[in-house]
Amino acid sequence: MTITLLFLAGLMGVVVWWLLRESTRVQPWAVQGPVPDVHTATLPRHAAKTALIVFLAVATSLFALFISAYAMRIRLLDWSPLPQPRLLMVNTAVLVLASLAMEWTAFAARRGDQDRVRAGLAAAGLLTVAFVAGQLVVWSQLAGAGYFVATSAATGFFYLLTAVHGLHVLGGLVAWMRPYARARSGRDADAARLRLGVELCAIYWHFLLAVWIVLLAVLVSKDLGLSICSTAVPL
Amino acid sequence: MPTYVAHDESDYAPPTEVAEVELYHPKTFLGKYVWSQDAKIIAIQYGVTAIGVGVIALVLSWLMRLQLAYPNQFSFIDPSNYLQFVSMHGMIMVVYLLTALFLGGFGNYLIPLMVGARDMVFPYVNMLSYWVYLFAVLLLVASFFVPGGPTGAGWTLYPPQAILDGTPGASWGIILMLVSLAFFIIGFTMGGLNYVVTVLQARTRGMTLMRMPLTIWGIFMATILALLAFPALFVSAIMMILDLTLGTSFFMPAIVSKGQALSHDGGSPILFQHLFWFFGHPEVYIVALPAFGIVSDLIAVHARKNIFGYRMMVWAIVAIGGLSFIVWAHHMYVSGMNPYFGFFFATTTLIIAIPTAIKVYNWVLTLWRGDIHLSVPMLFAIGFIFTFVIGGLTGLFLGNVVVDLPLSDTMFVVAHFHMVMAIAPILVVFGAIYHWYPKITGRMLHDGMGKFHFWITFVGSYAIYYPMHYLGFMGVPRRYYAVTGTNFIPDSAHSLNVAITIAALVVGAAQVVFLYNLVRSYYRGAPSGGNPWNATSLEWQTPHTPPEHGNFGKELPVVYRWAYDYSVPGVRHDFIPQNVPPSEVPSGSWAKP
Amino acid sequence: MGIAIVLVLLVAGSVLFHFVSPWYFTPIASNWSAIDDTIAITFWVTGIVFVAVNLFLAWSVYRYRNRAGARAAYEPENKKLEWWLLVVTAVGVAAMLAPGLVVWAKFVDVPKGALEVEALGQQWHWMYRFPGADGRLGTVDARHVTDANPFGMSPTDPHGQDDVLVAHPEVRLPLGKPVKVLLRSKDVLHNFSVAQIRVKMDLVPGLVTYAWFTPTRTGSFDLLCEELCGIGHFAMRGRMVVEEEPAFDAWLKAQPTFAQLQARPAADAAAGRALYAACAACHGAEGEGNVALNAPRLAGQGTWYLERQLAHFKHGARGQNDKDTWGKVMAPMAAVLQDDAAIANVAAYIATLPDRPQAATVQGDARAGKQRYATCGTCHGADGMGIAATNAPRLKGMSDWYMVTQLRNFRDGVRGSHPQDMHGSQMALLAAMLADDRAIRDVVAYINSL
Repeated sequence: MTITLLFLAGLMGVVVWWLLRESTRVQPWAVQGPVPDVHTATLPRHAAKTALIVFLAVATSLFALFISAYAMRIRLLDWSPLPQPRLLMVNTAVLVLASLAMEWTAFAARRGDQDRVRAGLAAAGLLTVAFVAGQLVVWSQLAGAGYFVATSAATGFFYLLTAVHGLHVLGGLVAWMRPYARARSGRDADAARLRLGVELCAIYWHFLLAVWIVLLAVLVSKDLGLSICSTAVPL
Repeated sequence: MPTYVAHDESDYAPPTEVAEVELYHPKTFLGKYVWSQDAKIIAIQYGVTAIGVGVIALVLSWLMRLQLAYPNQFSFIDPSNYLQFVSMHGMIMVVYLLTALFLGGFGNYLIPLMVGARDMVFPYVNMLSYWVYLFAVLLLVASFFVPGGPTGAGWTLYPPQAILDGTPGASWGIILMLVSLAFFIIGFTMGGLNYVVTVLQARTRGMTLMRMPLTIWGIFMATILALLAFPALFVSAIMMILDLTLGTSFFMPAIVSKGQALSHDGGSPILFQHLFWFFGHPEVYIVALPAFGIVSDLIAVHARKNIFGYRMMVWAIVAIGGLSFIVWAHHMYVSGMNPYFGFFFATTTLIIAIPTAIKVYNWVLTLWRGDIHLSVPMLFAIGFIFTFVIGGLTGLFLGNVVVDLPLSDTMFVVAHFHMVMAIAPILVVFGAIYHWYPKITGRMLHDGMGKFHFWITFVGSYAIYYPMHYLGFMGVPRRYYAVTGTNFIPDSAHSLNVAITIAALVVGAAQVVFLYNLVRSYYRGAPSGGNPWNATSLEWQTPHTPPEHGNFGKELPVVYRWAYDYSVPGVRHDFIPQNVPPSEVPSGSWAKP
Repeated sequence: MGIAIVLVLLVAGSVLFHFVSPWYFTPIASNWSAIDDTIAITFWVTGIVFVAVNLFLAWSVYRYRNRAGARAAYEPENKKLEWWLLVVTAVGVAAMLAPGLVVWAKFVDVPKGALEVEALGQQWHWMYRFPGADGRLGTVDARHVTDANPFGMSPTDPHGQDDVLVAHPEVRLPLGKPVKVLLRSKDVLHNFSVAQIRVKMDLVPGLVTYAWFTPTRTGSFDLLCEELCGIGHFAMRGRMVVEEEPAFDAWLKAQPTFAQLQARPAADAAAGRALYAACAACHGAEGEGNVALNAPRLAGQGTWYLERQLAHFKHGARGQNDKDTWGKVMAPMAAVLQDDAAIANVAAYIATLPDRPQAATVQGDARAGKQRYATCGTCHGADGMGIAATNAPRLKGMSDWYMVTQLRNFRDGVRGSHPQDMHGSQMALLAAMLADDRAIRDVVAYINSL
């Protein structure tokens, strides 16, 4: 649970810092002055963006807990790693490209370049679909080699972690459809919404990439002492 | 479906005024009351559903108590369904009633009104949240009707027994339970995002964080806890479903069940317990913090006095919230985990008593030198303090690792957690309903019935749980279908059980009066006016009662002060609403408004 | 006003209840009086806070209740008072925590030379293992568990050969010697808990946990499972008998070792046939039973169960109760069997008899019985064929009239009340759920329909 605790400690640190900043020197009963400026009362950010950040905190908690569970399980004696699929590296590269494409799209959206937004969104979507497909190929390779979900604890965690991440990616693709449809329709009135949608997608894609990098490290890195996969038997 | 947009999505700051045409007016009955996106309607939907399913859990508790008082007298209670009653009672009360009611019910109703927002920031997601919750409840109720019935694994659902057939409902029941929990968590996350973002982003002008009523602080912090803690339950539910259906070994070691070796190998049941309590302990505070917040406001309003030590109260809420994540293993002192953890968790657990004690002191010190109106909400608030004090103090027994050794898994634990997280929060729920019912319906609840309800509930539940601690001292174990046939439990303990059961039946029956009062007052209660308690917070300052969709009419209120300007010296009335500018405060000698 | 009075009454009543009521900790029987002392400290600290806070609350409510012309004071905060309260609370908390941690340190640290004994839990029974002459417990593995090797002993480990196996819910311990109980579970979580000993610990499948204590008083103490372990949880009882060391040593010596159990010769059905001649007079030549003579069917019943019941009859654990008319007839018959080998031989012969189901004689509502049988089936099997591992005999096809009699006997304390019949006493706890004779007939009718 150390991993989850570190994450939460960080999060709580942020909350406490923010709270102290807002509260220590305030005497709420004494303040009756003029109407405070509207912008100081709330965060200078769109609500949807705040919501996404809060959601990412929740999702991080979820992944941290899965990894904590796995870190506790790996210490038990019967742990036997499964072969490391080479395709994982290719998939990782695809996801990195998808994330870059999203960032490029967000950049285009901020400048109001509709054509590039369309192209960028399409590219990011395609790359993401390719990533999911690649993950499925990895699964079928493992299953083909006789590693099913219940074969050992390591396979169980491999399928579980990749499945949970994959579901988040699919969820992202569902969200992606909205700005994509908006970009295709190309109405100027939607420009602000489109920009917001693209920015949210970009944040989420970077998050998915970050989670995947951590998961990958957990899955294959020997140095961390956590690896599910062993390179001893390549697949 | 027409969607009401609280503010233009491209603009960062919410406008204070909206044109009349933009106000959301659903045309149909379905649009207004069923597929509603109004947080207030959603709150009532949550509340009614939660109370409905809570009544089921109440009846289950009667069945348990009947068995404990009169073992083997009732042919419809056997060891299997006794465990099913225990499990479903606990799960429903903790998750589907209290969590849903405090956050889905009170959260939805009060957050937008009290921070001066027109609605939650994402009304559509908010509506979905309720329907997902309802689906989870239906799955839960459905488990009563599947082969084998609901799970009887206890609300803690510990594997391996939860998914082995020595436990009732180990096939269908447990799957429905876990899937229902997963949906509950998804639904809750939708709602919880709304609550947090609404508090962060949709506060009206002048509503700084430190001007928010403590109710909002409590609900806000509890929501953060829930958002971060529920994933642990989600993770464990998913992994247990996989263990059960696909034969993985996350929680399942090599097991020989009734002479048959199972195919699992190497899993860890303690891993589940860590995950479960990583959720389970914050869950206690998910229920308690909103209660803390609400009771602070009840006390301040009805004692006509500002809450004592507001800043300390806020910090205590945050401190309790933060600490609640590092005490979970005090539920596991005798679980067989590494015993050295005991030192750490006993220390953190007893430390959390300090901010909690501060809150109690501050409530009492708010009453001290107040002008206490013994209205029904105030009675419930006082009842809460008393109950919470004993529930909190008995927690010091269980939190201290060696004292927990003899008491763990006995009726002492049952008595403790019912005092601290069942009766105490429920007293707040009742107080809050008596307090805000006038705002929700425009009518007062009947006072006489309210007082009757309070006395029976408060004194009755003390009579249930105070003696129960002593059963625990004797060593009477919990979750026992019958404690007959031991040489250390005297017969007099059984007569104590009879007394407890009678008290439980009486308290349960008294809730009928409350439900009747709710229905009757809706039609025949005395009209309340907009601010019957002369309270300062924004929900009492709405132009209409009950508030319309959009809450504040055309123009949002502007906040000039905190929510506790009661009995301010030199002011004519004993309260100044938050939206009254300094220039309009009536000065002069004090007079009743 | 009323609430202030009630609060004072509740405080006074609670304190009075604490001092006057007869319900409190059982007298301690172990070295853990330090736990009791910590509890006493906790009681004093929390008791003082309880009385002080609530009386102050009651007084405030009384003194500052709403009266004409009264007005609340205005005091947003009082830093000094708040800090004082904070410090005092912290001191009180430390006063409880510090001794608690000191005692816990003792609990974690097992004294050297403590007697090791393993308590093995399963749904819903206790068994025990002592290390034997070499002082070391042999290795075990779930994969080795069979009906013949319920402990899962590794057959090749030399350390396990001399392990003393107590396949019975009663364990004995010597007075005044530190005991380290190693806890192991075969299936689900259980908890080893003796109220008079104070300490308890869970049994976790896949792990070995421990607790230690020194018995300080002789006597017989109930061992309870206190971690929910399924339907039979409340009936998972054991017994811990503390006696003087010589008596303990004698008892331990009389228990079989793993090697002795392995070396036991196979039962001789042919020898059993001769012995069975006496049984056949009542139970029938083919063990089919005879309702007129109140002799139940034996053919098809589990050998292990027949052996256990014959031993009970022989040693007086069954068939001694005055109300057990027919049991009293059986007891002298069983006494004829000379030793365990004779009993095993008879049982082995019965196992060779043909398995012919009996005609139903009991009328009842099988549908109503089905719901109740859900509980029975967890031990006896959903098919009623009995499960040796849960100590539950076969029911299906056996004499239904006999089951009715025995269920009544269990329920009414006629059977299963003898201290040495601990499996019977478990059945008695469960049979109690059948409130009346109709319920019994319904269950038996359902068993007939299986």
